[in-house]
Formats: sequence, C-alpha cells, structure tokens
Amino acid sequence: MDQSEALGVLEQKYSRRTFIKGVIATGATVSSTGYLFRGTPLLGAAAFQTATERLLSLNVNGQVRRVDVLPHETLAMTLRYKLGLTGTKLGCDRAECGACTVLVDGVAQYGCSMLTHQVRGRAVTTIEGLEDPDTGELSTVQKAVMDEGGFQCAFCAPGFIMSMTAMLQDNPNPTREEAAHALSGNLCRCADYDKILNCAMRAAELARSV
Amino acid sequence: MAEKLVGTDIAPPDLHAKITGRARYAEDFRAPGMVFAKLLLSPMPHARVRRVDARRALAMPGVIDILRADEVPSRDGPREACLTDYPRYEGEPILAVAAVDEETAAAAIEAIEIDFEPLPFVIDPLDSLRPGGPNAYVEGNQFSGQDGWSEFRWTAEDFAVIDAGGMPDPSCPVEWTKGDPDAAFAESALVLEETIVHQSLTHHPMEPRSNMAYWEGDRLFAFVSTQSTQQTKFALASALDMDPENITFVAEFCGGGFGSKISGTTVMQVPAIFSKKIGRPVMLRVTRYEENYIGRARPGFQSWLKMGFLPNGKCNAIDLIIVQESGPYGASDYATAGMIADLTYTPQNMRFRAVDMFTNTPPKAAQRGPGGAQIISMMEPILEKAARELGVDRLEMHRLNAPRGDVKFGPRDSTLTSVHAIEALERGAEMFDWPAKVALSGRRDGSRVTGVGIGLSPYTAGSRDRDGLMIIRPDGKLYVHQGIGNLGTHSIADTARPAAELLGLSWDDVVIVWGDSSKGMPRSTVQAGSQTTHAHTRANHAAGMDALQKVREVAAATMGGAPSAYRVDGGRVSGPGGTMTLGRVAERAIQMGGRYDGHVLPEDIHEQTIPAAQMLAGQGLMGVARDNYGGEGNVYSWVAGFALVELDEETGVVALKEYVGITDCGTVIHPRSLGAQVLGGSIQGMGMAMTQRWVFDPKWGVPFANRLYTARPPGMLDVPPDLKWDAVGIADPTTPVGAKGIGEPPVGAGAAALTCAVADAMGGRCLCRTPLTPDIILAELEGRTGVGRLEQHVG
Repeated sequence: MDQSEALGVLEQKYSRRTFIKGVIATGATVSSTGYLFRGTPLLGAAAFQTATERLLSLNVNGQVRRVDVLPHETLAMTLRYKLGLTGTKLGCDRAECGACTVLVDGVAQYGCSMLTHQVRGRAVTTIEGLEDPDTGELSTVQKAVMDEGGFQCAFCAPGFIMSMTAMLQDNPNPTREEAAHALSGNLCRCADYDKILNCAMRAAELARSV
Repeated sequence: MAEKLVGTDIAPPDLHAKITGRARYAEDFRAPGMVFAKLLLSPMPHARVRRVDARRALAMPGVIDILRADEVPSRDGPREACLTDYPRYEGEPILAVAAVDEETAAAAIEAIEIDFEPLPFVIDPLDSLRPGGPNAYVEGNQFSGQDGWSEFRWTAEDFAVIDAGGMPDPSCPVEWTKGDPDAAFAESALVLEETIVHQSLTHHPMEPRSNMAYWEGDRLFAFVSTQSTQQTKFALASALDMDPENITFVAEFCGGGFGSKISGTTVMQVPAIFSKKIGRPVMLRVTRYEENYIGRARPGFQSWLKMGFLPNGKCNAIDLIIVQESGPYGASDYATAGMIADLTYTPQNMRFRAVDMFTNTPPKAAQRGPGGAQIISMMEPILEKAARELGVDRLEMHRLNAPRGDVKFGPRDSTLTSVHAIEALERGAEMFDWPAKVALSGRRDGSRVTGVGIGLSPYTAGSRDRDGLMIIRPDGKLYVHQGIGNLGTHSIADTARPAAELLGLSWDDVVIVWGDSSKGMPRSTVQAGSQTTHAHTRANHAAGMDALQKVREVAAATMGGAPSAYRVDGGRVSGPGGTMTLGRVAERAIQMGGRYDGHVLPEDIHEQTIPAAQMLAGQGLMGVARDNYGGEGNVYSWVAGFALVELDEETGVVALKEYVGITDCGTVIHPRSLGAQVLGGSIQGMGMAMTQRWVFDPKWGVPFANRLYTARPPGMLDVPPDLKWDAVGIADPTTPVGAKGIGEPPVGAGAAALTCAVADAMGGRCLCRTPLTPDIILAELEGRTGVGRLEQHVG
C-alpha cells in the first residue's frame, strides 16, 4: 500500500471530515444531526417531514437487519432507537467522549459521528455483539474486565470495551503506554484510567494465553 | 469457615450487565407510545418572558403539545422550578414541546416565537457587592426566608482596599471567630496574605440527566438518572406534591453524578408532568450542550486569606474571607470550606467570614468535595510557601499542622471519630520516596522544570441512623434490599458484605435488590457527602444482626435448646438440636409469622421503611433494623496526594509524571474499588485545578466553554500510566465495621498536590487561582501580573 493509498484508507477509517461531507451531501446541517432522529411509524401520528427514509439492510452483530433510515441519521441513533441496541451510549453526540464507539469492519469508530448510510455493506459490531451468540460466553476483553472489576459508573464502558477490542486486533502485545494511546479516544469522567488500563493489559494477557 | 468478604476484591454483581450492554440507564428505557420532549432554553442570562406564540409550532405535523412554566410547581424566592418565565441564567429551561419524534420536537422549538425582556445580570459576584452594582434578581441580591429580599453591598472603602490589592475588612452575613486571631498574628513569625480565586466549573457526568416517565391512572412510573434512589423518589413526590407510594421509581444505573444528581434533578419533573398532561410516555433526552447549562456546577470562590505561622512552621492563626459565586439558586460550599480550613491546619485562632452572592450563571450544586476541594487546593500551596520561607521541609510542614485525634474544629469545637492523616502522609512519603523526589525539585531538562507537591484533603465521610432491610428466602439466599443509588461506587453491593459475613454466607448466596422502588427499599441516605459506605455498612450490620438473632430463635424453636447455642455458617444453622439449612429456616419463619417473617416490625424503624417491609412480609425470614449504634463526633476521611510534574516554561504545559494517593478511610471494604475512588477522585481534582476552564463573556453573560472539548476533563494521556495508591486501613472505632466513606476527599488532594507541584516548579511562586491553564502559567512566567486576578470566570 503506497502512502497516498494508506492515507485514503485512514481517512475513510477515522476522518470526521468524511462524516461532515456525508452530512452535507444529504442536505442536512451538521449541527442538527447528533441528537435528532425519527420515531418509528408505530408511534402513529405523522411527523414533521424534512427528508425521506430509505429502507437499508445493515449487517449488525452478524445479523442482517432491515431498517428505515433518514439520510442524515447517525449510526448511534439507528442502533439505539431503531434496532434496540441501547448498549451503545451517547455521552456527547459530538465525537468528544467515545461512549458510542462501535466497530465498523473491525475498526473502532464513533457511532455518533458516522452516518448509518455509510455502513451499508460493512460489518458493524456493538457491545451486544461481543458475547458468543450460542453460548453467551464473554469475549476476551469482557472476561478481562470481569477479572479486574473494571469501571465505576460504566457509562463509558461499552465504548472503552470496543476500543480495547480493536486495540488487541491491531496490537496484541501493547505496553501500558501503548494501551493508553489506543484508548485515549475514550473519556471516563470517573477517571478510572488506572483500572481501565489494568483491564486492557489483562485482556492482552488473556488473548495471548488462548 | 465463613468466607471473608470485607476487605476482598469481589466484582460487583451488576458488572456483567454493564459490560454487555444490558445495563439500562434512564435513556435506555422504552414505553409503548413514547414521545419525545425538547426544552427551549433561555438565550440570555436574566430575562422576563413577555410573550410566547406557539401556534406555528403546534400546527406542525407530529407536534403533540407544549408545557409552560405556569403548569409546573414553583415557589417564591430564589428557588428553582423546572420551567420558568423568569430565566436567571443562560440555558434555563423556559418551556417544553412534545412530539412523536425528537427531530419534530426540535423543529417545533425553533418555530416558537418568544419575546424576552432582557434584565440586568451579574456574572461576577464582586460586581454585585460593589456600591451601586447590579443584582442577579430584580428584587435584590440577598434573600432570607424571614425577611425576604434585600440588597447587600460592601463599602467604597472596602473596594478601595481591594482595588489596591489589599485584604479588606468587610462586614459579612456569615462570620465566626475562635480564639484570638489578632493576638495570634502578633505572635506569628511569618504572616502570609494572599488573594485567591477558585473557579466555578460544571460537573459533566458522562450520562446527561435524561429521563422518562409515564402514568397508569394515579401511578407515576419514573425512570431517572440519579445518585440516590429511595430518597430521590421522595424528592420527586415532594416536588409534584403527591403520595410517594404512588410512584414506581426506577433508577437501576446512573452514569455518574458527582453531586449534580443527589436527589435526582430538577428537570426530572418535566417528563412526569408532561406525560400526565398528554397521556403518553415522555422521554426527555438531555444533550451534552444542555448539560453544560442545567447540569449544575461547583461554586467559585474569591477569597482573601491571611495565615500566621510560628517559627517551627505551625499555623497559629487564619483569617479567611470567602465571596461565593452562588448562581441563581444558592449553595453552601463556603460553610464547609471554613470548617475544613480550621480542621486541616488546626490554627486554634481563626476568623471566618463569608458572603454568598446570587449570580446569573448556571445553578450550583455540591460537586465532589464541595467547599473542601476548593479550600484545600487554595490553601495547600500557601502552606508550602510558608514552609519555604521558614526553611521547614514541606512534608514536615503538613505533618506538623495536620490534626491529631483530639482535634476540635469549627466554631462549635466539633470533634472527629478518628483521624489518621499523619499516617497517610507518612505512608505516602514512603511510597513516593519524598526525600529523593524533593531533591529533584527545580531540575531542568531543556525548557522543562520539575516540581513536587503534597495535598492533604479531608471530607465528611459518614452518617448514622438509617435502616437496613433484608430477607432470607426459602431458596436459602439472602436478599439485601438497598435504597441507595447505583452511581458507580460499588457501595450498592459492598455495603451488604457485613450482613453476609454475620450470616456466614458465601457471596454467591447474596442477592442485591436495588434500583426499583416496587421491590421495596428501606430508609436510606442520599448518596452524597461520602456517607454511604459508613451509613449503610452500619444499617446492614444492624439488620444482619436482627436476621442472625431470628435465625437462631427459629432454629431453637424448631429443634430445641437455647437460641444462643446455635451457630450460623455456610448456609446452615447448627446447634444442640441438630442442623437446618437457611432455606428451611426461612420456611419455618414464614410459618411462625410475627416478627420472624416481617408481619410484626420493630417499632423504631423509620416510617419510610414500613411500606417496603410490609410488602416483603411473609416471604422469608426478615432482618430489619434501625442503625442504633449511635456514636459521637464527625466522621471524616482523608487523602494525602503526592505529585511530581514537569512544567514546560516555553509552552506553559504541565505534565503529571507521578502521583501517589493514600487514604485514611477506616476499614477497607473493597480494595480495588477504593483504589478507583482514590485515583479517580484525585484526577477529577486535577481537571478542576488544571484543564476544565469555564469562561464567560462578561458583556453578554454567556459561557464560551460549554462542551467537553472546551472545558476538558482529564483524559487517559493526561495522567501517567502507573498511578499508585494505598490505604492506612485503621478501623474507625466508633462504627461496627470500622469503614468510612471515600468519594470526596481525593478531589482536593489531587488538585492541591498538582497546584503545589506547579508552584514548586515555578520556584515557589503561588499563582493563587484555578485553573492553571498554560496561558495563565505563561502570563505569570512572563511577569504579566494582575490581569484578571480577582475576577471569576476570566482567564
């Protein structure tokens, strides 16, 4: 992969600019996207119409889910309010806290800053998708968090756990400093960073021993 | 042999739900037909709503209704309503609109035509204290329940002294004196006089104060983000003037509160009232932007401090004046600050004066270590400055001034149940290696200078006289009913451990019942002031003792012999007549009825416990009791923090390189969770002292820094990856389990250790204000003095 190609992939993976470009393309304003969404048709009354929903097929946690999505709807809102996956938390809706982190094709992404239309044809994994669907067995990272008694209020926990999961794929052997860098896109207001790092290091240890 | 539970690391029983996405916070609940409310927030800091025209909004498809201030409870005086036509800060909710989805509700809010009459406002309390200054209220700047509104000012002479950089001698509504400060100052070898500003800053818990409610007939179902549970239910009932027994109150998880959600939130009334009006469930999602305004804030202080020291470094006199920036609805941090100054430096001679001033800034509330965190982060650098001037080692200075067990503090000579602050300092000095680290003070590496500092911080850590309620069911398990909240401290589970130990139960046989008032909750403390661990290890110990006695009596009644001859362990009770399982004992207790299964309750339990106990009666063997252990003295816990920083003189950036936090909080119940409290609280204090800066536009009275990235809490890269902590671990002798609380004291310790270390890196110069952002540090390094020195909310 040459450098420009690598940068292109990086931008696709991480850029907030991609998100904003997507929003502009759909004719919505950036400021209104984060926390606004459409109720389901089940609610009865017709709603204020600004844009038309489109039926999409999404691959979420290994299942194909069909869902009506507005052009400017964020992935976090679709997950929480249309697919019932409330494990993905919204702490800031503006890419400041990382509570909404999910995996898209294995890469940690802020669900609040990604349009649902952007994930068509890509595999989305949320906190609900980490357990073994057949046995309920926890993932390596989740086991590590249980071992270490991680998190306090834990509103940030799903986001951190998704970031840890992505980290271990990229770097199975992190130092504490490397783990801190990998998780620095997530904010813990209880500031339980020491224990969160213990969880990350424990997860790496468990992953190595499998 | 019974399992040892107190003092061991046991993951809380709700952790599995938290890490699999199953844990439901308030915004995760759904109800059939649920609609969404949106708030209209005031765009100006003080105004009167003259006219609202919602016709266009209400005509929009999907809009259901509007809720106005005259439809919600309000009280006279400086008291907050959930909606108001007299907004007293930018961001105060004026009205709410409900619609079938949130986008429609937000569009409707935009379509409302609203006419405001702007009113004079106050952002900096000193402005309101000046002769002829503005008031935060049309009616005045001071309020008392007896006399109503009045105006309070300092004199032109006071301000002449202040403006010249001196310490004024003003009259204050709050004043107390102990000893003879004037005579003591005359005997001091060193007297330091400083002007100090401590910022006001918002709480920003990770979970905004979203909530949902619906009604079934006269019964309200409320899903609320709150620190407490049972007490929040009563607060909501009181706000809505309804029978608490008609509320099903659900608060299973809380994504942090730090004092901003103690008895719930004011805004929790909106869905409750709105859903009654429109007959549909209402979800009110609060955004981070809204949270900045309605999410509460720590009151700021502007202070004058005079501190006298004897030649050996002992503080012998304090004269402290605090002007508190109290927002529109008041706060009482200043009172605690005065007490804690006297407790921490034991001067014996102290004069304390304070005035709390209403301002048109977002409302204040207790923020983790309210009053204490501010005063400790303000005074510790002054203590260290005195140590330098007197040539006393700074560790020795802290040790010399810290209280002993016989300390008497405050205007009424309050006492402590126990104090081991000196042990905390000594243990910390050992772990930090103080002699080696202090030798690095002033070391240069390019533009980076090393500094070290110590912060010693106390806070209240207990209360008494709550109730415990638990039941052993025929399945042999102990169900501990908790009315306290689940805000992440793990006390919801940890305070049940003493009861389980008394009954010789393995932790697997203990079920914590919490978060839903329909399951039955005893009278509990509000989850604030670090009370819970102390209050509810006691209450659960008392109820556990009651259960233990009843188990023995049931065994004796069933198998013969004296109750006292029976031993309870491993899920069984054994004695002269044989052995029974606790499950069998529960069945027998139900047969025997009366007090054994809760049909007859102790006469002394609180009224609030009775409905819960009656509901559970007949389901097993009930342990229910009031904490009658009593005790004299105030319960305080301590944290000693030690920090090493590198200050870059070119950029003004401070990097924390090492931190050690040591606590004296009595018996350790759950070590790993305690460590998280000590370190997490310390880091929160560092954010308060260094990074979270709340700046207001003085012209328009509105905050500039209203999101996480503009008033930034510390992130993972702001702290070293190898923080250290420990506990002194000496039991408090006045409480059955020996445990005290821990939530608050680390904040002041972390903040002060950092501000002291920064001062040390600057050659002992105290900046005497927070937060110490790089621009403030650079201004000081470049000799730009006096800029905004006394102003609140100005960088």
